[in-house]
Amino acid sequence: MSPENSVGLVTPQCVRFDTPLTLKSGAVLPGFELAYETYGTLNASHSNAVLVCHALAGSHHVAGFYGDDPENIGWWDNLVGPGKPLDTNRFFVIGVNNLGGCYGSTGPLSIRPETGKRYGADFPLVTVEDWVAAQARLADHLGIETWAAVLGGSLGGMQALEWSLQFPDRIRHAMVIASAPKLSAQNIAFNEVARQAIISDPDFHGGYYAEHGVLPTRGLRLARMVGHITYLSDSQMAEKFGRQLRHGEHKFSYDVDFEIESYLRYQGNKFAAFFDANTYLMMTKALDYFDPAYAYAGHLPSALARAKARFFVASFSTDWRFAPSRSREIVFALLDNRLRVVYAEIDCDAGHDSFLLDDQHYHALLRAYLGNIAI
Amino acid sequence: MTEQERRVKAEQRERFDFAVIANWLQPGEHVLDLGCGDGRLLRYLDETRDVTGYGVEIDPESVLACIRNGVDVIQMNIESGLLGFEDHSFDRAIISQALQTMHTTERILTEMLRVAAEAVVSFPNFAYRSNRAAIAAGHMPVSEDLPYDWFDTPNVRFFTIVDFEDLCGRLGIQIRERLAFDEAGREVADDPNLNGSLAFYRLGRKS
Repeated sequence: MSPENSVGLVTPQCVRFDTPLTLKSGAVLPGFELAYETYGTLNASHSNAVLVCHALAGSHHVAGFYGDDPENIGWWDNLVGPGKPLDTNRFFVIGVNNLGGCYGSTGPLSIRPETGKRYGADFPLVTVEDWVAAQARLADHLGIETWAAVLGGSLGGMQALEWSLQFPDRIRHAMVIASAPKLSAQNIAFNEVARQAIISDPDFHGGYYAEHGVLPTRGLRLARMVGHITYLSDSQMAEKFGRQLRHGEHKFSYDVDFEIESYLRYQGNKFAAFFDANTYLMMTKALDYFDPAYAYAGHLPSALARAKARFFVASFSTDWRFAPSRSREIVFALLDNRLRVVYAEIDCDAGHDSFLLDDQHYHALLRAYLGNIAI
Repeated sequence: MTEQERRVKAEQRERFDFAVIANWLQPGEHVLDLGCGDGRLLRYLDETRDVTGYGVEIDPESVLACIRNGVDVIQMNIESGLLGFEDHSFDRAIISQALQTMHTTERILTEMLRVAAEAVVSFPNFAYRSNRAAIAAGHMPVSEDLPYDWFDTPNVRFFTIVDFEDLCGRLGIQIRERLAFDEAGREVADDPNLNGSLAFYRLGRKS
């Protein structure tokens, strides 16, 4: 990447909100902090703000790099920057770590004011709706009445959709990528395996591992390995790893034989080294609970009737976690309400993770759509 | 003819086709344009008739062009029908010079009249005089409205005005209006199957 199309050096910021937030579960957070980053400049009419929502393991570090850690490049850096599809010469882009996260926003790792100890397992379950409510406080803080666009992939796409429902007048464009209007039984099943891996780790201690001075690393590692299988496509795994052997021969042991095993262990270890297990549990639960149609007897078109935004919906041909048919559910529910929507089904080999890649056609679609957003 | 002249002529022709369709639409209709290409027809109908609606397209580059043109497009394959589209959810379904590029002719026509109150179909008439002459001379026709060589044509169904009307009859589809034009864009009244290069139909369900 050439330096001229990177947002360059970025500094995370943090804002504290002291008005209590009542969560969907009924629990009340007396106050909370959100970690966020911004790229580009808010224009005089405040009409060019774009919120980028992160998925399961993402953060507020969407683009650029840190001065003290230049290798730490934002997770959607290929999309966001001057001259990039989400052009920071034009848009004021915000990345935020969601409530309950482990990258600086208030979450299970935070110190609970009442006890002086970490929340740990006592941190309330937060939902996609709660995230959006918290993000709205950030928008208020930054002087953003209406987002030009809210976009995200996967769980991030659910937040974009939720924005259009919870604050129909505060979002002009919802960009919902590689997402779904709710999880399928199979999706929930994978999440439950991931949760059980964590919960059954002897070092989990019911979520109070911090007080025991340990981390449920083995469980978290397993959870991530399961997750990673669902992010990749069968064909891509076959192409990338096939049955390649780590040591050139069968070892007749339970150590790594095949390259795919090595890859999954590597991904699991890398993730378990920095991600918080309670946050992971909570994020998967937020995914499971998300279902805007639930309050409408399962009828998605009724649930989306209050949306006013224009929509960009995209899916990827080899994504089996949130297959194209799941995106079409959203599209047809929007059609039933005569809402404006474009829908692209992108031919890409990389499964669910495709939304993070810079596939030429995919990025051309994003560039074209974002380029037409009036500011 | 230079490339520029050809392009100008094609654009004039296109505008003419669009105007024929627009004349059949009431202002503010909700329309579905199947095989919408780069979305130019929908944009024209929006500008001239203030319509709302969506294009449907399978080709990725056309989908991209639609987005660039600010046209709402749904990327899907309609050969297997309009699954997901509700009954009677549009005032009109349009298929402008694209029916001949699709295999499942009957299903598409039936589906159009399931989702919309009325359908508009336009297609090149294979029995047009100059096409017959080309065949008689031993060649597949290449004309204003069939501008492709046989080896690179996107068309997969070759049919005539008479054939199309037979099929409508078999499918219980009511022909509410028909217009045919020759290659110069003149409306044809006499023997349209021989003198019409391009045909436009307004179709409905028999009540």
